[in-house]
Amino acid sequence: MTALAGESDITSRRRVPAARRIARQIRYQAPAIVVAVAVLVIWELGVTALNMQQFILPRPSAIAAALVTESPTLQVAAGNTLFEALGGLAIGVSAGVLTAFAVSRWARVREAILPIAIGASAIPIIAAAPIFSNWFGILNPFSKMAVVILLVYFPMLINVARGLTQVEPSAVELMQASAASEGQVLRKVRIPNALPYFFTALKVCTTLSLIGAVVAEYFGGSSDVLGRVIVQSSSRLRFDITWAAITVAALSGILMYLVVLMVERVVIPWHASQRVAES
Amino acid sequence: MTSSGDVARRSRASAAVSPARAILRGAALALLFVVLLIGVWEGAKALGGDPWRFRDASGAETIYRPPFKWDIASDLALPHVWKIWEALAAPVQRQQTQSLAEFLVGAAVHTGQEAALGFLFGGVFGLALAAVFVHSKLAERAFMPYIVASQTIPILALAPLIAFAFGNGLVGIVIVASYLTFFPVAIAQLRGLTSPDPRALELMRSCAASRWTIFWKVRMPASLPYLFAALKIAATASIVGAIVGEGNPGGSQFGLGRSILNFNEQYGSAPEKLWAAILASALLGLAFFLAIRIAELVVLRGRPGAGAG
Amino acid sequence: MAGRAPGPGDEAMSGTPENMADRDIKEVGGATTSVVTVSGVNKVFDTSGGRTNALEGIDLTINTGEFVSLIGPSGCGKSTLLRLIGDLTAPTSGTVTVNGKPARQARLDRDYGIVFQAPVLFDWRSVQANVALPLEVKGMSRRERDERVRAMLELVELRDFARHYPYQLSGGMQQRVSIARALALQPSILLMDEPFGALDEMTRERMNSEVQRIWQQTGTTVVFVTHSIPEAVFLSSRVVVMSPRPGRIVRVIDVDLPRPRTDDTRETARYFELITEVRETLRGRRAGERADGVASAERTMAEGAVG
Repeated sequence: MTALAGESDITSRRRVPAARRIARQIRYQAPAIVVAVAVLVIWELGVTALNMQQFILPRPSAIAAALVTESPTLQVAAGNTLFEALGGLAIGVSAGVLTAFAVSRWARVREAILPIAIGASAIPIIAAAPIFSNWFGILNPFSKMAVVILLVYFPMLINVARGLTQVEPSAVELMQASAASEGQVLRKVRIPNALPYFFTALKVCTTLSLIGAVVAEYFGGSSDVLGRVIVQSSSRLRFDITWAAITVAALSGILMYLVVLMVERVVIPWHASQRVAES
Repeated sequence: MTSSGDVARRSRASAAVSPARAILRGAALALLFVVLLIGVWEGAKALGGDPWRFRDASGAETIYRPPFKWDIASDLALPHVWKIWEALAAPVQRQQTQSLAEFLVGAAVHTGQEAALGFLFGGVFGLALAAVFVHSKLAERAFMPYIVASQTIPILALAPLIAFAFGNGLVGIVIVASYLTFFPVAIAQLRGLTSPDPRALELMRSCAASRWTIFWKVRMPASLPYLFAALKIAATASIVGAIVGEGNPGGSQFGLGRSILNFNEQYGSAPEKLWAAILASALLGLAFFLAIRIAELVVLRGRPGAGAG
Repeated sequence: MAGRAPGPGDEAMSGTPENMADRDIKEVGGATTSVVTVSGVNKVFDTSGGRTNALEGIDLTINTGEFVSLIGPSGCGKSTLLRLIGDLTAPTSGTVTVNGKPARQARLDRDYGIVFQAPVLFDWRSVQANVALPLEVKGMSRRERDERVRAMLELVELRDFARHYPYQLSGGMQQRVSIARALALQPSILLMDEPFGALDEMTRERMNSEVQRIWQQTGTTVVFVTHSIPEAVFLSSRVVVMSPRPGRIVRVIDVDLPRPRTDDTRETARYFELITEVRETLRGRRAGERADGVASAERTMAEGAVG
């Protein structure tokens, strides 16, 4: 006998057949889908009908056309910008995580550093973009990476430090009752506890990395990056290309975000956020 | 000798710190940080920068030559701290009477106003949106995915475009700043409004409280901590939006965004000006942050977790 | 309050005795060793609001194999006392000796297991991984760990849920997992801090039977903090009644109900008598005192004098 008599209230999730799950998802997303279609239609018709400032806001069809014709340029540009974004992301995230580990060990250090980190994240980092261009050379991708590193470093540090230290006191007492060493507490409790925090920060950081790279490029850089394509095409009044480039940037951002979601699903399947919410 | 259980208990007990003490501590930390920063800055220059030249009253020159040579510590890349200070007092352009400091203050105020307006509109819009979503599941399901997706769109990338579309005036930039504000505020506020224990809501309904009453007496107070966390992020975002929006060619000559671009072009001859402009931007960001922090300490006074940053 | 002095005829016996009074169980297995000795302990907390006298002048001896409950009003320091025994906090003065060693050494030697009111299971570990945690900390080999975990889950009757995750279990089941974990290292002492406080009455009674069965099967000494008088009486060899802050031991009541105690025990007259005795002690009256004696006794209690 494995359950006490009468104790039948086990909350195990039953496997819902795939087809029903998909149907349920579609029904749930229906309002959003309706809005999307409606917006696109209104946009397309509205711009034509009102003869709006078509040069600022082209019709969706014009943008789609530009996406096709400029595709080689856009692909190269997207590749370069993604390189800057991902490079800065990797370095900034690693640095932030390492600092968080160092800082979480000693409470005094943490109390001193965290407010500084929070204050630093209040500074418009983007203002430093020209400095980095001057330091590393305007054509050097590292000058944009440096902006991304700074943007990404602080949120990652703050979140991972929180995750490592905001552990339920009972959990720590439990480990003490088993005479666990600090290292064991770190490995078995703090790090798993910090993983959800890490992913929350990572989602923010991927978005920041792309935006940081593109906007840093506004301040100058080689021509085959998305930021320069945007600036140059808009100064030529070719706004269809501008919007095409922006669409590419947006799609890249969404793609990066989805990758993080998938990794999250694999690494922390046990977390409450990963369980399918019943609508 | 205490064990960690005692420490945990004690830190929980002493978590409530008075606002005055929090401010003093913050100021002390900031001062410490500035001193350290200057120390590292000039330290790097002392080790690997360009030769330091001192001229005393009699006109004789003392030269100190650092042992190494690092490009990044040269006078061009990393001007001496006192040079930046001097530049602040000097005229912003030759033949101008206004000092750089005055100019930058004016620029900061200009940018700050744009950001503040955007922050205000975006904040109000975000709050309204959250209030609607909390009462209408349908609205939430219809629009939430886009609001979330819109954050992955580099709106900041659109800033110059939007500013241009609206005639390079105040309007365009305020729109950008509002956009960057409304999302974090809407998301956080929604989470905050839905945070109260369902039993608390049942309690209110059991004494026939209207939805309006429940909203103001239960949901709003519960949402405040979440709101303030988002406001701090939004404050910086609106400043960034304003700065980038101003960077649009043909934009106004005032404002920090424009100054940064102009001084960037003059970097070769006067690197201190760009650094001064960056310093002004940093101070503006901090000022906004502090304003919200102080508001938070006052509004959330006495609540557990207030002052958690 | 001291325990019973070692009596003559301490024969070692093997196996778990059934249908014996606790008095007899204590004398089994060799000398009646006192496994926990709390001597002259005071505990004062320094908070931003001032000093709090949590415990005052605690003297308590717990013997091998006993089941001792600590009961008292909120704030009487019973949880603090439990933590002192477990070296999760240190006394301001006085000593705590566990298994003949200072409490700190006993903790470092992993002499006890602890169960909190909340199950405190790690979300990221399955049930079996949660139970294995103390074994990993100790550094046991994989094979030994697996064997021990299996045995523990058998003990709490959750063998079929080994691979489940905490969120999939009910509150009672999660608490059983935390009991399995506490016993994983086969400690000589089990500390339990209101472990069933969050459960409903029926589940609670079932869990009480479970704990009693486990206690008899393993022979572990148990120190059990609770709010519930029936629970304390049903489970314990002795009930330690404590006063409101500053916490003092008012009285230790021997529970002479025969073992094993079953649902039928809950309906005996002696059971109710004992419950009343504990209740009256908590209220500040000695057993048998009439209601007219209430006012002065309660005042005495409030002033902190031992009743």
